[in-house]
Amino acid sequence: MAFTFAAFCYMLALLLTAALIFFAIWHIIAFDELKTDYKNPIDQCNTLNPLVLPEYLIHVFFCVMFLCAAEWLTLFLNLPLLAYHVWRYVSRPVMSCPGLYDPTTIMNADILAYCQKEGWCKLAFYLLSFFYYLYGMIYVLVSS
Amino acid sequence: MSTAGFNSQNGTGTGQTYANGPSQNPVSLQQPPGGGYGMNHQPSYNPMQAKAPGPPGPGPYPFGQYQPVSSHQPGPQLSSYPAAPGQPLLSRPPMGGHPSYTPPQSASPSPGPRLPPAQATPLPPPPAATSTSYYPNPPQPMASAWQYNAASASSMSTPPRGPVANHVNPAASLAAPSPPSSAAYSSAPPPPPPPHMSHSPAQPSGPGLPPTSMHGYTQPGTAPPPMNPMVPNTYQPNRPAYGPPPAGPPPTMRPTPPPAGPPMTSGTPPPPKADAQCWGAVNSALPPAEPDFQEGDIECPGDVAGNGPQAPNSYNHVDSRMAPPTQPGPPGRHLGHYPSLPPGYQNTSAPPAPSSFHPAGQAATQPYTQGPQPYQQPPGGPGPAQLSSSLAAMSLQSSTPEALRVVNLLQERNLLPANPVPAPTPCLTQDLQKLNCNPEVFRCTLTSIPQTQSLLNKAKLPLGLLLHPFKDLSQLPVVTSSTIVRCRSCRTYINPFVSFLDQRRWKCNLCYRVNDVPEEFMYNPVSRSYGEPHKRPEVQNATIEFIAPSEYMLRPPQPAVYLFVLDVSHNAVETGYLSVFCQSLLDNINALPGDSRTKVGFITFDSTIHFYNLQEGLSQPQMLIVSDIEDIFLPTPDSLLVNLNESKELVQDLLKSLPNLFEKTMETQSALGSALQAAFKLLSPTGGRMSVFQTQLPNLGVGALQSREDPNQRASVKDVQHLSPATDFYKKLALDCSGQQVAVDLFLLSSQYCDLASLGCISRYSAGTVYYYPSYHHQHNPDQVERFQRDLKRYLTRKIGFEAVMRIRCTKGLSIHTFHGNFFVRSTDLLSLPNVNPDAGFAVQMSIEENLDDMQVVSFQAALLYTSSKGERRIRVHTMCLPVVNSLSDVFAGADVQAITGLLACMAVDRSVTASLSDARDAMTNAAIDSLTSYRQAVLTIQQPGLLAPACLRLFPLYILALLKQKAFRTGTSTRLDDRVFAMYQLKYQPLVFSMLMIHPALYRIDDLTDEGALNVNDRTIPQPRVLQLSVEKLSREGAFLMDAGIVMYLWIGRNCHPNFLSQVLGVPNYAAVPEKLHLLPELDTAESQRTRAFISWLRDQRPFFPSLHIIRDESQLKPHFMQNMIEDRTESALSYYEFLLHLQQQISK
Repeated sequence: MAFTFAAFCYMLALLLTAALIFFAIWHIIAFDELKTDYKNPIDQCNTLNPLVLPEYLIHVFFCVMFLCAAEWLTLFLNLPLLAYHVWRYVSRPVMSCPGLYDPTTIMNADILAYCQKEGWCKLAFYLLSFFYYLYGMIYVLVSS
Repeated sequence: MSTAGFNSQNGTGTGQTYANGPSQNPVSLQQPPGGGYGMNHQPSYNPMQAKAPGPPGPGPYPFGQYQPVSSHQPGPQLSSYPAAPGQPLLSRPPMGGHPSYTPPQSASPSPGPRLPPAQATPLPPPPAATSTSYYPNPPQPMASAWQYNAASASSMSTPPRGPVANHVNPAASLAAPSPPSSAAYSSAPPPPPPPHMSHSPAQPSGPGLPPTSMHGYTQPGTAPPPMNPMVPNTYQPNRPAYGPPPAGPPPTMRPTPPPAGPPMTSGTPPPPKADAQCWGAVNSALPPAEPDFQEGDIECPGDVAGNGPQAPNSYNHVDSRMAPPTQPGPPGRHLGHYPSLPPGYQNTSAPPAPSSFHPAGQAATQPYTQGPQPYQQPPGGPGPAQLSSSLAAMSLQSSTPEALRVVNLLQERNLLPANPVPAPTPCLTQDLQKLNCNPEVFRCTLTSIPQTQSLLNKAKLPLGLLLHPFKDLSQLPVVTSSTIVRCRSCRTYINPFVSFLDQRRWKCNLCYRVNDVPEEFMYNPVSRSYGEPHKRPEVQNATIEFIAPSEYMLRPPQPAVYLFVLDVSHNAVETGYLSVFCQSLLDNINALPGDSRTKVGFITFDSTIHFYNLQEGLSQPQMLIVSDIEDIFLPTPDSLLVNLNESKELVQDLLKSLPNLFEKTMETQSALGSALQAAFKLLSPTGGRMSVFQTQLPNLGVGALQSREDPNQRASVKDVQHLSPATDFYKKLALDCSGQQVAVDLFLLSSQYCDLASLGCISRYSAGTVYYYPSYHHQHNPDQVERFQRDLKRYLTRKIGFEAVMRIRCTKGLSIHTFHGNFFVRSTDLLSLPNVNPDAGFAVQMSIEENLDDMQVVSFQAALLYTSSKGERRIRVHTMCLPVVNSLSDVFAGADVQAITGLLACMAVDRSVTASLSDARDAMTNAAIDSLTSYRQAVLTIQQPGLLAPACLRLFPLYILALLKQKAFRTGTSTRLDDRVFAMYQLKYQPLVFSMLMIHPALYRIDDLTDEGALNVNDRTIPQPRVLQLSVEKLSREGAFLMDAGIVMYLWIGRNCHPNFLSQVLGVPNYAAVPEKLHLLPELDTAESQRTRAFISWLRDQRPFFPSLHIIRDESQLKPHFMQNMIEDRTESALSYYEFLLHLQQQISK
């Protein structure tokens, strides 16, 4: 049992995933608020947009870490989300500031539903990966 | 305080309240200002006409009919300098130099913090409960991506509301339409409807009911006390008073002063709110100084009573025939009672004869509606769909066969009706339909709402509403009331389709909550009777306007503020628009809607921003130049926007000198972005309207744009690029504007590419309008100049509403999916409209989230809260009621093909921006294929060869093809990007009537106009030629044809046109003498010329914009434009109608 780089990666990913879970929950709540008329879409987009890039960067960050640690399976599991993030950001509406959400279209029922669904899916993914990292960390610690 | 009103206080107070009631709920009467709005020609709109589907109402937008809002005398202006008009009074500092003004603060001086956008709009958000109940389910999956909505005012065929009815329904007939509940209260035989025109002597006793009877009222729960019978009896005589023609309602309606009540009040003081003054106003309410109608909106609140029955009539004409008695029960008042009726009933009341008594069984279910009823009691119960098919066939015979008649499109060539296509009538009972909203204002794509989303998906038709909420109406009841009765749970305004459980309680037709009727509402100011809440104007009119009390304001109503932002670069001066603008504004300066607080301001810009200090007291306007466009500031925050009345002379001086001021400018750059920012700073403390005139691509400072158009790609069949904005600068600025209640109207006068897709955002999200005059030039393009002049006149003088919000509510189970138009969507059902104007249309896509199983009808309500130009807070409420059906054939039978097309166009615009143009084109074609396939598979029992469509959808493929060939969506034909984008804006923004003309122009042969079947409007005879198919085969060389394509008209003269027409109408001896460019018909004193001109001007009068007329010969340059509109013909890049049908058939049978 030794503290390897891989184990460190898993521990870091564990912590960061916990943060991502909060991000996802925050998104879900935010869109729910929009849907129930509690919030003005402009304000809501202003609060959500700055969070988009950090979330993506955190994810990219530990993907890179796994790459360095040569944890291929874990990296492979994360690739689809990575690709999705890239696609999502590339196809964002014309905006001068970072972010994804445009207050003029966000109230469109299709987009709102899509964002909500996206939030739930990500929450599920992060939760699962949280436990997977936990397992991976213990496994690495034990096996090495 | 209104909420308090909901809990009616019982007890002693009651008596007083109602005795004095009148004063509380004055319904003020406003009289139309002038003949302009067609009050005088009512007679011509009589039933006969109404039956004919076609004749459009009198021009709702008569140019030049507006009376000046105020005739301000120039007044004792301080500055009395001898302004030599020609000579520039303004000293223009050298450009590029230091700003002559360097105010201390460069930051925006915007005073006082403004409300955050969220609060800025006064409509109270519905309680959380509501919203959740509206959207219990996640919205539709994208799969059914084409969830269309539609709605818009359409068909000009409906005559103006109100007046007609007056004539149609003389007083005697009023008994029939009288609301059910009234009769219900009486078990007595129906009161004879004697046409009393005045109150009978007995009447005054009405309000002053004996105390005992009052007690009855005080106990809401109890069954109506014995006094009830007397109510109707006593008041019946009043009814006729409802009927008088609108022209003179007030006098007839109020023969006696309020006194009725007072004598009985037993000396109790009037309730605090009551002010005799108001009451007086009501009585003598002839022309209350209601500012608004001067602006073109005629409101006749006073004769609300008359409105009830009449208004609907005018557009219901067809229904009496169409509406089968078996239709779903009336949504309105009896909603709660109906469902249990056995279907067997349906038959009993087959003919909707007004006199027919309705079956006894109903009595059991509805204590209140029973009794001998003078009007037709609609049997409630299941809709047609629930009948056995044979029954349905029988009972629906009168209506459905026509709508559902199978048409083989491949065989029937002449599908177009001779007159404009009328809006279909919902299958509602007659009396409900009578109350229903005018289809020009509120229209649904499916006049029969499917019960479930799956049924809707099966039909493959879009569900949506098309609205024209702020339309200039010739008659609009206005109610002043301290308490506006609304549902406590969903905040729906009380409307004709609610049900009264008893006199004290009403059930909301949107959320089904039972609410109390406030005490005040028990009194009917129109008949001046007590205890008949169902006869209040609010319950008799689907379209009504309230003067809102102070709780509808978040801040004091703003004054009318107009800021003009003018491009004065070299390019702009070249076009010569400045002098036209200045002259128009000078001419109409007194007609600008507003009151004594009205403010105006001017900003001009090229590479620098020029402000004009117009402070009262200056001897001449003072120009302030800010050249620091990166960090814009206001040189003198206080004196740039000035009170129009106080500084009128300065303003006039400025307008006179402006065109000359920049005559010699060589500045070619345009810093539009900075100018807009400056204007925003100037307006943000108050809100208001910003009118921006731009002639070139902004190329300096913030918001600079690059040309994105490749002229070589204009005709490409590949996808069109650059339909979405290049930068979000304009969108963000528009959102800021929207938050500060500033709307931006953009006038684009340019010969080159201006990137309308980016610039247009500034108007789109701030609820402004885009006007586009391609290749505007004062000499080269006189027709554009005329159009610009006319449009400006309308623009400057039309009614305007400030700091508006519109909320659209619908019955629980339905939800709003997407909005189309110019606005900012602030929440799921709330649109923020910094300005609202009478020419704006909106569309809404709807989805069905919960099954509408136990409902016979659903309702939609659009409430527009705005500040009038006179600083009054007003709420305009439109309510529409539609039946729910559960069979696919009924859904198809109720399809409104024009509304569907309008909504599809809006959706296609969105699709082309978010996805691609080809995607949008495919989606439109698929919409036709899918719906016809579904019709063939699910509705048709006998499979025949050919392309089959129900009669109501027979024009659908044609309209889809027309859309595919429309400027906005066509490919393969050279189309400038700006033209295309502008067409897209128009499709989304224009009310349905006008966008339909853009999509499918009307073609008339006008060399043989006759007076046969002519309309008579304002003593003018308007010939009504047949609408022809858009095909060259319909043209003949011997004729002259007029094509009306909305904003442009073409008059095509055949080579062998009859010399008579040439000489009598065009004033030329022969064909060769027809000038190449002709935009005006000479005013000849011949019958033919008069007829032709009458017809063309009648067409023009019907729209708020000015269509220019091009007279073209065979070899004219414009001929291709004319021919491109020949939709049914084949072009190089597009299918002919027949080929398109074959294509559809092939896809369908696959």
